[in-house]
Amino acid sequence: MSTLVLVLITGAGLGALYFLVASGLSLIYGLMHVLNFAHGAFLTLGAFIGWEVARRLDTATWSTFFVSILVGGAVGAAFAALTELALIRPLYERHIEQVLVTVGLAFAAVALYQGIWGSDPIYIDSPPWMLQTTDVLGALVPNTYWVLMLAATALLASLVIFLRFTRYGTIIRAGVENRWMVTALGIDVRRAFTVVFAIGGSAAGVGGVLAGHYTGYVSAYLGSSLLIFAFIITVIGGLGSLTGAAIASVLVAVLQQFANYYLGGTGDIIVVVLLAVVLLARPAGLLGRAS
Amino acid sequence: MTDTASTPRRGYGPLILGVVLITLMAVLPLLNVSIPGILPSATYEPGALALLSLAMVFAALALSYNMLLGTSGMLSFGHALYFGAGAYGLGIALKYFGVPLWPGVVIALVGGLVIALITGAVSMRVGGIPFAMVTLAFAEAGSVLVRRNSAVTGGEEGLSLNSAGVPDFLVGVVNSKNLYWFTLAIFVVIYLMSLWVDTSRLGRLARAVSENELRVRVLGLEPARAKLVVFVIAAGCAGLAGVAYMLLQSGAVPRAVSADLTITVLVMVVLGGVGYRWGAIVGGVVYTVLDQRLTVLAGSDAIASLPSLVRVPLSEPLFLLGSLFIVVVIFVPGGIAGTVDGWWARRRRQRRRDAIATLERAEGASESKEVGP
Repeated sequence: MSTLVLVLITGAGLGALYFLVASGLSLIYGLMHVLNFAHGAFLTLGAFIGWEVARRLDTATWSTFFVSILVGGAVGAAFAALTELALIRPLYERHIEQVLVTVGLAFAAVALYQGIWGSDPIYIDSPPWMLQTTDVLGALVPNTYWVLMLAATALLASLVIFLRFTRYGTIIRAGVENRWMVTALGIDVRRAFTVVFAIGGSAAGVGGVLAGHYTGYVSAYLGSSLLIFAFIITVIGGLGSLTGAAIASVLVAVLQQFANYYLGGTGDIIVVVLLAVVLLARPAGLLGRAS
Repeated sequence: MTDTASTPRRGYGPLILGVVLITLMAVLPLLNVSIPGILPSATYEPGALALLSLAMVFAALALSYNMLLGTSGMLSFGHALYFGAGAYGLGIALKYFGVPLWPGVVIALVGGLVIALITGAVSMRVGGIPFAMVTLAFAEAGSVLVRRNSAVTGGEEGLSLNSAGVPDFLVGVVNSKNLYWFTLAIFVVIYLMSLWVDTSRLGRLARAVSENELRVRVLGLEPARAKLVVFVIAAGCAGLAGVAYMLLQSGAVPRAVSADLTITVLVMVVLGGVGYRWGAIVGGVVYTVLDQRLTVLAGSDAIASLPSLVRVPLSEPLFLLGSLFIVVVIFVPGGIAGTVDGWWARRRRQRRRDAIATLERAEGASESKEVGP
C-alpha cells in the first residue's frame, strides 16, 4: 500500500515537472505551429543561471531558493523572447525552417553550456527541508515532489487566469482557435507570439531550477532529456491543448513510475508504447482536435 | 523539392562524371596526395583513409535522409534508429549468433527493415511536425533500450565488433585501404538506391505527395503507401551505412542510435541543400571534415592562449557547427547545392539572353544596311 502511494505521489510530482516544460511547448505549437527544440536550452540556461545566483548567495536557504527560481524564470523568458524575435520571426510561416533553426540553437547552446560549465554534472544544495521526507499513509515521500507539484499548480492556475481574463490571453486563445481570423480583425498576432515564447521560456526556466533540485545536479544535458518526454506529452495530450498537456503529464509520469517500480525499470519504454497506442487510437491526442 | 533535382538528366555527361569521380575515389588510397588543413595525413596513410571512409559513411547516411526530407518532405527525427539498428544488429549477430560477416549483414538489414516498417507505419498516423516528434520518441526508446540492456549492447561502453566472423582483409588499421574500398562500395550502392528512388514512379509519387497530398489522393493514388515504402527504403540504406560504420569503427556506441546523430545528419542535409543528391554528399563530407578539423583546432595552442570570452565558443566544435547551421537556414535557404544550382541557372539564363541580344543586334544591323541608301 505504501509503495503504491509513493509511486502515485512521485508520479504526480514528476508529472508536475513535465508539465512545466510541456505547457510552453504546447502553447507555442498551438499558436504558432512551431516545434521548439530549443525549449530544453531555455530550461538548462535557467538551471545554470539559477545555480550561479544561488552559489553567490547563501546556499540552501529558502530565500536563495526563491531568488534562484525567479532569476531562472526571468532568464528563461528573456532567452525565449530573444529567440522568437531574432530567429523565429524572420522565418515567419516557414514551419520546417523554424524547427531547423531551433534545432541549430539547441545544438549550439548545449555545446556552449558545455564549454562554460563543463560536461560533468554540478551537484547543488537544496534547502534542508527539501531533502527530507514526509510520511503519507506510511510512504516516505521526498519533499521535493511537493515543491514540484506546488509550482506546476501555480503555473497552471496563473496560465488559466492569464488566458481567460486578460486581453493578451484572449488574443492567444483566439489565435490558437483561428489565427487568420484574429489577423483579419486587425490584431497584431506577432506580439502574442513573443509573449507566448516568453511565457513558455519562463516556465521552462523555473522548470530548470526545479529539475536541478529534483535530480540534485545541473548539467548541460538537463534540458535535452526532459524535452523528449515533453514532446511525447504534448503529442499524447493533443497539440495546443493546455489541459491535455496537464492530464498527459500526470498520466505519463505516473505510468512511468509504475513501470519503473513494478516492471523492472521499463518506464521509458512504456511511455513510448503509450504514445504508439494513443496515436493508433486517437492520432490527434487525448484532447486534440482532428486536423 | 526543386525542379532541377527531379527532371531526368539527358546525355551521358552525369554518368561519365560519376564514373570518373568514383574511379578517382577508388584510386585515392594508392596515391600520395596531401591536402594540408583538410586531411590529417597523405591519402595512402590510415589517418586520412579513416577520415575519408567516415565521411563517406555520413555522406551515405545523409543521402538516405535526403530521401525522407528531400524527396518525400518528411521531417524525421528518428533516422539514427535505423543507422544504429544496422550497426548494433551486425555487432549482435556476429557476437551472439556467431555467424560470418555476410549473413550478419543480412540479419542486421532485415532487423532494421522490420523496425522501420513498424515504427514508420505508426508514425505516419500523424504528419508534419507531430510526425517529427513521434519519430523522435521512437528513436529515444531505441536509444534507451541500447543504453539499458548493457548485457547485450554493452550499454554506455558500446559494443565492440567480434572480428572472428569478419574476413581478415576487413580487420584492423593495416587494412584501412580495404575498409575504405568496402565503404566506397556501400556508398555507391546507397547512391544508386537514392538515384533510383528519385527517378522511379515511387519517388515521383512521394514528391507529389509532399507538394499536395490531397491532389494525389484525388487522382486515386495511395500516398500513405508510397511514403511508407520510401521511409523503409531510406531506413534500409541507413542500416547499410550503419553496417559500414560498425566495420570501420570496430564498434558502436549509444550515440549511433541517439537523436543527436539524427540532428547531425539533418544539419548535413540542410547544409548541403535539401533535395539535391550531390548536396547531401557534399554536406556529409563537409560536416565530417569540419567537425574533425574544428576539434583539432579546439585543442590547439593558438586557441588556448585566447581570452576566455573568445576561447570558450571557439573550442566547442558543435557550437560553431550549430551557429553555422542557423546562418545557413536563415540566409542560405538552398544550402550549398541550392546556391550553386541557382547561380548556374541564372548564368545559363543570362547567357541565353546575351545570345539572343547579340542575334537581335546583328539582325538589326543587317536590316539597317539593306534599308540604307
